[in-house]
Amino acid sequence: MQFMLLFSRQGKLRLQKWYVPLSDKEKKKITRELVQTVLARKPKMCSFLEWRDLKIVYKRYASLYFCCAIEDQDNELITLEIIHRYVELLDKYFGSVCELDIIFNFEKAYFILDEFLLGGEVQETSKKNVLKAIEQADLLQEKTENIDLSKSFIGCKPAY
Amino acid sequence: MALKMVKGSIDRMFDKNLQDLVRGIRNHKEDEAKYISQCIDEIKQELKQDNIAVKANAVCKLTYLQMLGYDISWAAFNIIEVMSASKFTFKRIGYLAASQCFHEGTDVIMLTTNQIRKDLSSPSQYDTGVALTGLSCFVTPDLARDLANDIMTLMSHTKPYIRKKAVLIMYKVFLRCPEALRPAFPRLKEKLEDPDPGVQSAAVNVICELARRNPKNYLSLAPLFFKLMTSSTNNWVLIKIIKLFGALTPLEPRLGKKLIEPLTNLIHSTSAMSLLYECVNTVIAVLISLSSGMPNHSASIQLCVQKLRILIEDSDQNLKYLGLLAMSKILRTHPKSVQAHKDLVLQCLDDKDESIRLVSKKNLVEIVRKLMSHVDKAEGTAYRDELLTKIIDICSQCNYQHVTNFQWYVSVLVELTQLEGTRHGHLLAAQMLDVAIRVKAIRKFAVAQMSALLDSAHLGAGGPQRNGICEVLYAAAWICGEFSEHLQEPQQTLEAMLRPKVTTLPGHIQAVYVQNVVKLYACILQQKEQAAEPEAAQDVTQLMVERLPQFVQSADLEVQERASCVLQLAKHIQKLQAKGVPVAEEVSALFAGELNPVAPKAQKKVPVPEGLDLDAWINEPPSDSESEDEKPKAIFHDEEPRHAKPRPPEAEEEELARRREARKQEQANNPFYIKSSPSPQKRYQDMPGVEHIPVVQIDLSVPLKVPGMPVSDQYVKLEEERKHRQRLEKDRRRKKKKDKDQKGRPRRHSMLHTESDEDVAPAQRVDIVTEEMPENALPSDEDDKDPNDPYRALDVDLDKPLADSEKLPVQKHRNAETTKSPEKEDVPVVEKKMKKPRKKEKKHREKERGKKEKGKEEKEKSSKHKKKKHKKEKEERTKDKKKPKKQQPPGEEAAEPVENGALADEPLPPMSSYCLLAENSYIKMTYDIQGSLQKDSQVTVSIVLENQSSSFLKNMELSVLDSLNTKLARPEGSSVHDGVPVPFQLPPGISNEAQFVFTIQSIVMAQKLKGTLSFIAKNDEGSTHEKLDFKLHFSCTSYLVTTPCYSDAFAKLLESGDLSMSSIKVDGINMSFQNLLAKICFHHHFSVVERVDSCASMYSRSIQGHHVCLLVKKGEKSVSVDGKCSDSTLLSNLLEEMKATLAEC
Repeated sequence: MQFMLLFSRQGKLRLQKWYVPLSDKEKKKITRELVQTVLARKPKMCSFLEWRDLKIVYKRYASLYFCCAIEDQDNELITLEIIHRYVELLDKYFGSVCELDIIFNFEKAYFILDEFLLGGEVQETSKKNVLKAIEQADLLQEKTENIDLSKSFIGCKPAY
Repeated sequence: MALKMVKGSIDRMFDKNLQDLVRGIRNHKEDEAKYISQCIDEIKQELKQDNIAVKANAVCKLTYLQMLGYDISWAAFNIIEVMSASKFTFKRIGYLAASQCFHEGTDVIMLTTNQIRKDLSSPSQYDTGVALTGLSCFVTPDLARDLANDIMTLMSHTKPYIRKKAVLIMYKVFLRCPEALRPAFPRLKEKLEDPDPGVQSAAVNVICELARRNPKNYLSLAPLFFKLMTSSTNNWVLIKIIKLFGALTPLEPRLGKKLIEPLTNLIHSTSAMSLLYECVNTVIAVLISLSSGMPNHSASIQLCVQKLRILIEDSDQNLKYLGLLAMSKILRTHPKSVQAHKDLVLQCLDDKDESIRLVSKKNLVEIVRKLMSHVDKAEGTAYRDELLTKIIDICSQCNYQHVTNFQWYVSVLVELTQLEGTRHGHLLAAQMLDVAIRVKAIRKFAVAQMSALLDSAHLGAGGPQRNGICEVLYAAAWICGEFSEHLQEPQQTLEAMLRPKVTTLPGHIQAVYVQNVVKLYACILQQKEQAAEPEAAQDVTQLMVERLPQFVQSADLEVQERASCVLQLAKHIQKLQAKGVPVAEEVSALFAGELNPVAPKAQKKVPVPEGLDLDAWINEPPSDSESEDEKPKAIFHDEEPRHAKPRPPEAEEEELARRREARKQEQANNPFYIKSSPSPQKRYQDMPGVEHIPVVQIDLSVPLKVPGMPVSDQYVKLEEERKHRQRLEKDRRRKKKKDKDQKGRPRRHSMLHTESDEDVAPAQRVDIVTEEMPENALPSDEDDKDPNDPYRALDVDLDKPLADSEKLPVQKHRNAETTKSPEKEDVPVVEKKMKKPRKKEKKHREKERGKKEKGKEEKEKSSKHKKKKHKKEKEERTKDKKKPKKQQPPGEEAAEPVENGALADEPLPPMSSYCLLAENSYIKMTYDIQGSLQKDSQVTVSIVLENQSSSFLKNMELSVLDSLNTKLARPEGSSVHDGVPVPFQLPPGISNEAQFVFTIQSIVMAQKLKGTLSFIAKNDEGSTHEKLDFKLHFSCTSYLVTTPCYSDAFAKLLESGDLSMSSIKVDGINMSFQNLLAKICFHHHFSVVERVDSCASMYSRSIQGHHVCLLVKKGEKSVSVDGKCSDSTLLSNLLEEMKATLAEC
């Protein structure tokens, strides 16, 4: 997979993950182009389109479009599954996810995606494992933060 | 829930966190930009604070802004700061930001190397994990090279969580740093059988991705994957494996046979559509790659087709699309099996346009008709335009592969021109031109159609702005002009083209009109003169003279220019005609010559001849601008031809003919010119009429002349009838075909001969003119490959044993406290064997590291380092232990290959390559000669001049008596007797080095040059003029350049057999073999390829590219050297020199 984009029906980008190194300018150009093309497609059209030398697989969940770019030989259906799996993961993590969850906790959405995909390849096929990893990482984060808090409450500046 | 608590704690800590920012942006919809710039200012303030928590928060906000499209590259350094925070919370944010905004152009990225390395070896698996994740997004070639070894270590981490991430990221590393592939591959292969399914699937993923790019290197893994495929139940993994097999089967057909069964089983059993689709796709690919003579495969094809039918019939558009896509693939090789489902496909046509792929000769006409009816029914120009492009796409694909009847195609095109308001006029025009040019047989028909088009008024009507279709007239005019000899009634067409209404057309079309009017005119003149009707000819000229002025008044410069030229020509002809001079020949000579399409790759195919430097100036640049200065005048001249007296056409013609001859001559002699055809250019007047057209058999049932606007539908019926007749006439036709082929006419595109060809012979013996290639084009398939393809670098043989130079760079620790020779202790053996350039890089990096270490991470130093050190060492050792067992043939185990300059077991005697040149009481000269592989006829002589006196030496000048072969390079303008000044002066007791360049022709013999150094010695008593004679000895050794060589390349070189051989033996040697080799390396510029016991192979290369291979064997007290070299004289001279060196030992 080359990249994954999440954008709203209004064309606002909600999340982007690039697995190929590109400059910001190129990224912006590609994003703009794709958002336009995908939004212009009618609901009864199929979720695949050929774009440059890539294949674009997209799917709409509620008000969000999930859009992935894959290479020529890649399997479109499995990419749809990947998208679906990611949505499931978000759903499990946030508890019936909505667009606002992703907007306000966009870093969490990235963390989940990073546990699921790495370098554009599926890293963990088990939903349970992905969520476990995220939870434990969150726990770790929380622990350190609580220590910080207690330190700041008693007025001693934490030493970084 | 944990998340809520985290959220809450952040809320309390900061003034404005990410949530506030997001909320703020949503509340400032009207002045978003202003609000955000305000936020960025705040963030800048926050980044200046010392508190890392504040910084992390700021970076988090920046990451959000980056997604909105704001540039945050200025904060790259702050991101690195946050990445290096010790707390996971912040580190996580730092790495996220880095992965979002770092790319190869980010310059601070190299600062992260150490931080990442530290995180990779962190005891917390989440630190490691987050570093790996981040790295996967922004890994650069430098990072990949530096960290490859660390990541490889992580592939054997105890935690599967880390292992799988490490395995996956290896793919990214390989892409950036292909050298890492071979050393890392054995471990990667191990991971295919990892107990953890996640790691296993990661390894499958990586290997599949690798294998897809360069399948041939992975064939040996097929059995392993086969086992995995039959045992695995994980669909994700299965899909990857099946895809891998799809890539492997074209290389190994036996694999395909074996695969069919498990694949069909999967197709039957699986419920996952994605897997089913993958299987079907692979089966298709396998079947395509297998030869067709497999009996039991029709069953599997049928199965595929059935399954695809289910897909197509599914209500899900996605499945339908993919089903059709796969169907089209089957169709390419097994058209018969798809025929049964034609109904279905045609049904799909009604709701989708994707099915255009499913076109073959048989159904083309039918499909296009269907599409045409859609075009008629369609509302809205956008959709109609879309359909139009599709039709053209379908028909023109693969060099008109599917079009059997070009008359039909031309009528379709003409019919399409009747569409109102399409934007694709130019597309139609291009198609018409293309067909007319390339299909010779159709020209007559096309011309008839085009003249009808020109005649009919509807295209021009409605104004050019609104009606894009008028572009078609461009093609029509051109075709009528160019192939005017096919016109039935040229005069009528000429009149049509000269109508006043034409002037409302766009300028570029008018220009073409004018140009082609002349062609037509020339044609008519010729006809009239042949028919001996001078009056008619004069009438035509009169018509020209009358009508052309309307174009002369055109606002378009191009039209104006052409028209006035033509007008003058016509007037002149009129005069000549009045005198009764026949002019047709000369006029038509204006347009002699044939046009042929040139292949798009033709230019690329022309080999660059030796000695031609395309980048070099042909002329000195200034002259370029001069010639350009002249041009505008000429243009000015042309623009106002009315003021200039028209030159008599005869002279013009003569001049033209002369020039054309000259040019042809030039072209014929010029190998770089792409000739228009292998045969000499034909002129139309040489072969008047239609005779030069290849004999065309046109079915009588097809009307040759279609009156009015044609209806392409009639061809469908005709086609049916024709097919029927064809079947009857098949045999007869075949015979004819044979005859024709024997006549040497170019055959039709050979690609066309698929199964379906048999029953659908083309309606016409159509000659699709193939695209031209230059005569000396290099036949190669390579040119399709992109040299910049990143995957190409990964095309390496993985089964070959690792060469020592291929080891991944291992991090070394050269601490400041180097008391007890750390080199020996902590640098593993591998490190020493590293080849030279690597070492340099290494040092460079080390320096960088040194700098950073001081600045940043002073706290964590010795204890950790030592631990790591030990770990690394251990690993290296185990690796080394493993390696010989696996990869080296037994017997060689004991032999440790060594390489140049790194064999210091015992201290080497001090060596200097400088030898004495001459000496007197004033000065001592020592010299050394170096060659470079870049310059094949140059060596640099470095002379060290040492002032041994108490005088001040100045005005030093070196003069050398050149030989024929060897010459001193002197400054421009000086004669051979002049000396070259030494660019410095020498105070007493000081030495300095001067370099002189010598050019050499032959290097196979040693050379001696006499020379003199003259100088002025100045002391308290006064100054004296002194000189010192010397003899400069250019040994053959000095032409050799130390070049490393791998053992396999070395072996190939020896096997090649074009090296001559010679040997020497020297007795009485007491030196150790190691030192001996070092000496040869040092003095004779060799490098050790391989050393086994007391035997070593060595290699060097001369500046002129001679390979020199040595086999050095040490006996009891003697040494024998066998040499092989591409030049025997060079070799014997070299060995003589070596003998002298060895004798000293």
